Amino acid sequence: MQAVRQLGAGVLNMLQGLGRSSLFLFNTLARTPPLLLRFKLVNQQIYSIGVLTFFIIALASFFVGMVLALQGINTLQRFGAEESVGLLVALSLVRELGPVVTALLFAGRAGTALTAEIGLMKSTEQLTAIEMMAIDPVARIVAPRLLGGFISMPILAMAFSVIGVAGGYLVAVGLMGVDAGAFWSQMQAGTEFGTDILSGIIKSIVFGFVVTWIAVFQGYDCVPTPEGVSRATNRTVVYSSLAVLMLDFIITALTLNSL
Amino acid sequence: MPQTDDNLIDVRDLQFGYGERPILSSVNVQIKRGNVVSIMGPSGCGKTTLMRLISGQVRPQQGSVTVDGLSVPELSGGELLNLRKRMGVLLQSGALLTDLNVYENVAFPLREHTRLSEELIRKIVLLKLQAVGLRGARHLMPSDLSGGMARRVALARAVVLDPVLVLYDEPFSGLDPIGKGIAAKLIREMNDALGLTSVLISHDVAETCEISDYIYLLGDGTVMGHGTPEELMASQEPLVQQFMNALPDGPVPFHYPARPYIEDLLGVAV
Ligand SMILES: Nc1ncnc2c1ncn2[C@@H]1O[C@H](COP(=O)(O)OP(=O)(O)OP(=O)(O)O)[C@@H](O)[C@H]1O
Ligand SMILES: [Mg+2]
Repeated sequence: MQAVRQLGAGVLNMLQGLGRSSLFLFNTLARTPPLLLRFKLVNQQIYSIGVLTFFIIALASFFVGMVLALQGINTLQRFGAEESVGLLVALSLVRELGPVVTALLFAGRAGTALTAEIGLMKSTEQLTAIEMMAIDPVARIVAPRLLGGFISMPILAMAFSVIGVAGGYLVAVGLMGVDAGAFWSQMQAGTEFGTDILSGIIKSIVFGFVVTWIAVFQGYDCVPTPEGVSRATNRTVVYSSLAVLMLDFIITALTLNSL
Repeated sequence: MPQTDDNLIDVRDLQFGYGERPILSSVNVQIKRGNVVSIMGPSGCGKTTLMRLISGQVRPQQGSVTVDGLSVPELSGGELLNLRKRMGVLLQSGALLTDLNVYENVAFPLREHTRLSEELIRKIVLLKLQAVGLRGARHLMPSDLSGGMARRVALARAVVLDPVLVLYDEPFSGLDPIGKGIAAKLIREMNDALGLTSVLISHDVAETCEISDYIYLLGDGTVMGHGTPEELMASQEPLVQQFMNALPDGPVPFHYPARPYIEDLLGVAV
């Protein structure tokens, strides 16, 4: 009985949170058009969200690309098809690992920073102070961050794929002696823009949208105490990681079906 | 808006509570233009809440709140913003924006609300910082300021748009005696020099009496006494006497409402 009640309360809570966060998203999006005239605010966020996350993404993608090449060659050798390793690395990165790993790293680095920053501004009454200065904190503080996140994430995911391919090339061609011409030509022949690359781009756009949304909402909605901020930061990582992995499955299923 | 009324703020029969719990009831406060009026009262009696009602952050459950002839609870979003542009608020914590330095904090409202040139913004900001004695600290970040300095920066920011009304929530708390004296003098001088009306929330009887034209004493969720500082000092009301003379016990209980102590000690439940 107790368990059923708890489950019910949990579900209600979740639905309520979903409702509140949707309303919040709507309100924030409604306040983005004026930002086009003050794009400097968004630029600052793209810098602090995007540029600072870039180094982590670059490093991670390089290693992921190298591992993919090693594993790929190891398996493909059994069929005498190690020339195809370029294609394998590129497809894995563009379709899956680029958007997904970037989104997970993005949640851990930029998402938590956004939540903590907005949460701290709330708990130290900075948001109230802004409101008292007759400035709308959603328009001035939240909206530029949301937009900055939306814009940064797809670019980061693309960088991830590109650098990952470079890492793969280094291992396959430099280390394992795969022919460079074959590496590139197989990759080019086998990768299609309409399906592979586009599905990767769609994923990165959706993930960027969801992760940034979760991050700013958790910050804005947190209990305004130090403990509340730390919990909200935690929730950002957990919720966005789960959301990314679930959405990845859904989008993959949809795009593969439509082939 | 030509205003012949001499009360800038008029609060009548106000009732308010967070959720079920009543905080304020039948509160009547009138604040004359040009005056420094203080609201005093024990911790937790609802002073900050009254300020939230005046600045339109929360709505009363009953009664009216009028500021400069406008009924605050009935204002639309845009009207409320317009009113707030004419209102400076110093929050209890100061609440400087942590990612901006002192200069940018004071310049923030100007940048958001006006299209003044950089040169003019600089002049205004330096003028306000000079008034609070922190012109030399303009490059510091909020984390590098002492509590008292941060409060003064917040004060400069609160008056940078030249408001008609400034609300100060405990501007003296956490200041040393010299700092308190300076802040009190500053509030009075700014009020007179800029032609403001100031509402001051405070526990500090001495400083408050020195600079106030009129004082409201809150307690038990309502106004327990009001008058000029001299009138309150001379008052025979037990609560007023207790507060003005800082007596530890009296009509204002030291304890938060609870069941009898002995019962609690003998009981087991937390
Ligand atoms: N957001 C809130 N939700 C629920 N209760 C609140 C909230 N803010 C304040 N209260 C309660 O309202 C009462 C009055 O609070 P308020 O902050 O107005 O007191 P105060 O007079 O400013 O006290 P202090 O001098 O300590 O600042 C307190 O008992 C507090 O517990
Ligand atoms: Mg207070």
